[in-house]
Amino acid sequence: MIEISNISKTFSDRNVVHDVSFTFETGKTNLIIGESGSGKTTILKMMVGLLTPDEGKVIYDGRNFLELGDHQKQEVRREIGMLFQGGALFDSMTVEENVAFPLRMFTKFSEKEIAERVDFCLNKVKLEGRNKLYPAELSGGMKKRAALARAISSNPKYLFCDEPNSGLDPRTSLVIDDLILELTTDFNMTTVVITHDMNSVMQIGKNIMYLYDGKKWWEGNNQQVLTTTNKELLDFVYASEFLKQLKPKN
Amino acid sequence: MLIRRAFSKPEKFSVYRNQFFFEVNNIGITSLGIVSIISVFMGGVVTIQAAFGFTSPWVPLYAVGFTTRESVILEFSPTIVSLILAGKVGSNIASEIGSMRISEQIDALEIMGVNSSAFLILPKILAGIFIFPFLVAISMFLGILGGYIMGVSTGACTSYQYIFGIQAYFMPWKLGYSFFKSAVFGYIITSVASYNGYYVKGGALEVGRGSTKAVVYASILILVTNFVITQIVFAH
Repeated sequence: MIEISNISKTFSDRNVVHDVSFTFETGKTNLIIGESGSGKTTILKMMVGLLTPDEGKVIYDGRNFLELGDHQKQEVRREIGMLFQGGALFDSMTVEENVAFPLRMFTKFSEKEIAERVDFCLNKVKLEGRNKLYPAELSGGMKKRAALARAISSNPKYLFCDEPNSGLDPRTSLVIDDLILELTTDFNMTTVVITHDMNSVMQIGKNIMYLYDGKKWWEGNNQQVLTTTNKELLDFVYASEFLKQLKPKN
Repeated sequence: MLIRRAFSKPEKFSVYRNQFFFEVNNIGITSLGIVSIISVFMGGVVTIQAAFGFTSPWVPLYAVGFTTRESVILEFSPTIVSLILAGKVGSNIASEIGSMRISEQIDALEIMGVNSSAFLILPKILAGIFIFPFLVAISMFLGILGGYIMGVSTGACTSYQYIFGIQAYFMPWKLGYSFFKSAVFGYIITSVASYNGYYVKGGALEVGRGSTKAVVYASILILVTNFVITQIVFAH
């Protein structure tokens, strides 16, 4: 479980995140949704330590991340897997080298054990047989899946996904969403997904925080999101003309 | 700060060792072609210019070989080759690390718990310090060989005069001075380029600017450091 408590962040004079608190539950896909510029990625970066909040706490299973020393922070980070928006695969390494990287760096596994783990992870994300390809040779969806395989290779307790569907077609997006949901339940991870894709919200949104203008505006799940009376959230959910026609009439 | 972080204890020695050998190949072996071409022609031109300048009958023609050896060992190989490598290796390192920065690969390393500055920069710096003296040694040999080929083939001097000249009044400590200089230049090029790549912010345009800055700053630093080392060594 990850808790964020009253976190705020200001860049220059702009208050990007303001007093946000939320609990990300274990074994569930926790979503942070909101429009572009609402502070989603800033919150995620504060949670993983790429940015330091001006105020507040980030607590990983009772450990206040911001108060930990460098060595302890590294320990927590080794329990984290992250899927970046662009995949962030290492260009100079093949798919299997990418997936094996955290294992070679932090475990004492033999090369045979590493190879088995790599194959297991690539099978999980349905990328078997692509071991020797370089990131430049992969399609957008395959890059995301390879990055997901790397994120889970070290068996993380916490999985962060930054807009996993961006740049993907709807069908591939669904594949990625299903994978995230499956991995979360299979490995009982605390998964945090940032998205503004409504298909994802409906598919995997078991615990959702809606951000508006840097503030937590609403929380609930994918069933409650359709029946909310929150005006800003309704505008977000039914943004397109097509969806407006499907909006339930009160 | 960055260099201090880069020199902190590696997470796993074997991974860093592999990375070091990868960088030795990347920085050193892939530069052999350009170093060889430059050195041969550099040596040849120095020989022809020296022969052209020594018109007085009081100056023996073995001075052509002597001048070529001194110029190549003391200055042309360590300094000119390093300036060329500042362009080739410096821009390569800055753009590689800069691209990793803008494509979130450095963030990925940090989130995994890897000290990104140590992992990306330390092997490059060590490889630069290690391989530059070897490149300069090869450059010296090829420079002097180039001088021989050009000098003898153009009739500037005879084979005997040139070989006698390159052996005359040889002081081995000058080789040590040149190798030391080249190791320092290797450190300058790799560290300046890594710094400019690591702190890139923005997109492809900034990566290009970072590469350019890396080459310009490294070249200026090489020239200033060359002056300082030369002054210290030759003044004492």
